[in-house]
Amino acid sequence: MIDMRDAPPANDVLAAPRWLRWSLIGLAVLAMLLLVLLPLVIVLASGFSEGLQVWWSALREPDAIAALKLTLFTAAIVIPINAIFGTLLAWAIARFEFRGRRALLALIDLPFAVSPVVAGLCLVLLFSPSYGWFGDFLTAHGIKILFARPAIVLATLFITVPFVVRELIPLMQQQGPEEELAARSLGASALTMFLRVTLPNIKWGLLYGVLLCSARAMGEFGAVSVVSGHIRGLTNTLPLHIEILYNEFDSTAAFAVASLLSGMALVTLLLKIWLEARHGDALAAEHRRH
Amino acid sequence: MNAATLPSPSKPRPRRRSRSVLPGFGISLGLGLTWLSVIVLLPLTALAIRATELGLDGWLRVLGDERIQASLKLSFGTALAAAVFASLVGLLVAWVLVRYRFPGRRLLDAIVDLPFALPTAVAGIALTALYSQNGWIGQWTEAIGWQIAYARSGIVLALIFIGLPFAIRTVQPMLETLGRDPEEAAASLGASRWTTLRRVVLPEILPGVLSGFSLAFARGLGEYGSVIFIAGNKPYSTEIAPLLITIRLEEYDYNGAVAIAALMLLASFLCLLVINLLPMLFAHERQQARHHG
Repeated sequence: MIDMRDAPPANDVLAAPRWLRWSLIGLAVLAMLLLVLLPLVIVLASGFSEGLQVWWSALREPDAIAALKLTLFTAAIVIPINAIFGTLLAWAIARFEFRGRRALLALIDLPFAVSPVVAGLCLVLLFSPSYGWFGDFLTAHGIKILFARPAIVLATLFITVPFVVRELIPLMQQQGPEEELAARSLGASALTMFLRVTLPNIKWGLLYGVLLCSARAMGEFGAVSVVSGHIRGLTNTLPLHIEILYNEFDSTAAFAVASLLSGMALVTLLLKIWLEARHGDALAAEHRRH
Repeated sequence: MNAATLPSPSKPRPRRRSRSVLPGFGISLGLGLTWLSVIVLLPLTALAIRATELGLDGWLRVLGDERIQASLKLSFGTALAAAVFASLVGLLVAWVLVRYRFPGRRLLDAIVDLPFALPTAVAGIALTALYSQNGWIGQWTEAIGWQIAYARSGIVLALIFIGLPFAIRTVQPMLETLGRDPEEAAASLGASRWTTLRRVVLPEILPGVLSGFSLAFARGLGEYGSVIFIAGNKPYSTEIAPLLITIRLEEYDYNGAVAIAALMLLASFLCLLVINLLPMLFAHERQQARHHG
């Protein structure tokens, strides 16, 4: 099909004068360069400003490696949980009608709107040994959640709740239940239906949601900062490690670690663009790019 | 979706059938709800209950605290300013991306999502490096006497960075679906370009602009990572509310932290409510317009 917008008619009544069109384009490009692209450029420029050797040694530092490990550890727990429970919840919401469905959708959106710091504080209120609801119980049983890995994982889970579900619901609604109904009427078991019909239909959307989720999981700062306790080599994630280096005026090392984290973010961004271009038909309509 | 959720007792609902045939409703909803309750609902409930435990006295004491007042004013003010600016720039960028073809358009479209992907702490130190006194941009603005980093301008700038993708990505699809036909019709009926934009295009994309604005505002209000590096963090002047929460926590002033957090949570609820009500509001208005027209 020919995309009409690519070829505006010659006697276009809506065509803005040439000067206006190009100044609008120029203004938009300039704004995006200054506001969005330049920060990325300076991260890379500053990270490598003292050469590859310095960059590499900043990453080889034991605290940096421990932080990288913790970030990957957290992501490795958070991503599968979001994928599994996100798919389950999307299935219930997209395929069935029930009371409170709208309220449930609003609840799923809530972590988008809640400040990460507020999310972190809520976990403190639950798990703080002195002030938390479960404080006495945890102290009595010698379980450490706050200022330890479990709290970091929980905080990241809170922040990343919407990504997979919100991607899958519109996609499943768009696809409709017909294929699944057909599979069932032909005698497929629930598991067969899911593995042979549902999963293949949603796999690209699921991957898309997982990408957004992992970018956020690896970069989360506010919520993790409140609950981590900032113990070097133990409860520092990569973003927290950047903060420490920066506050110690070791800005080259801070930017070196930041460039690593940005590199990870760029990879997810590129994968996302690839998904939109190659498998746009298998994503929810709002993510299709022309 | 709205129509499907309305009860229609007289007619048999076709979806009813699917409920019995499609498997897994109970288990998927049950597990999903458990997950949401443990991860989201339980922590927020803890905050809500602690907030009510403060009592009237506690709340009055907190609300009378000038440092808290200043931080809340700053957070709301900067988030509002940033959301306005992001919406305007977002409108421009979305328009250019949808309507014009030029070299590098795809690249421009791709970098829109960069602030989504870039971790906030990275954005924070990058913006600070750019806009501080001897930064690439800061040296020029400070030469004309405009301090950005470690001042309010810096906070607004960081929040614009965070809010821009929301402002662009909510308007862009609406402009795409609107297409050129309504405008061509208006133009052929003799409307001037300006009138067409004001009377035809703007009302159509307004829900998108407003929901982008609310999202940018909500995110800006709670934003922490990118702001604390560039803000300067001086009490009473450049200390944002989320930062004050962490400070009160470190001082073991749980009541203060809980009070600020509860107010911010309330603001988030209101933003979400607005975002969710907008489509309904506009659908209703359009229907009425159709009836009267």
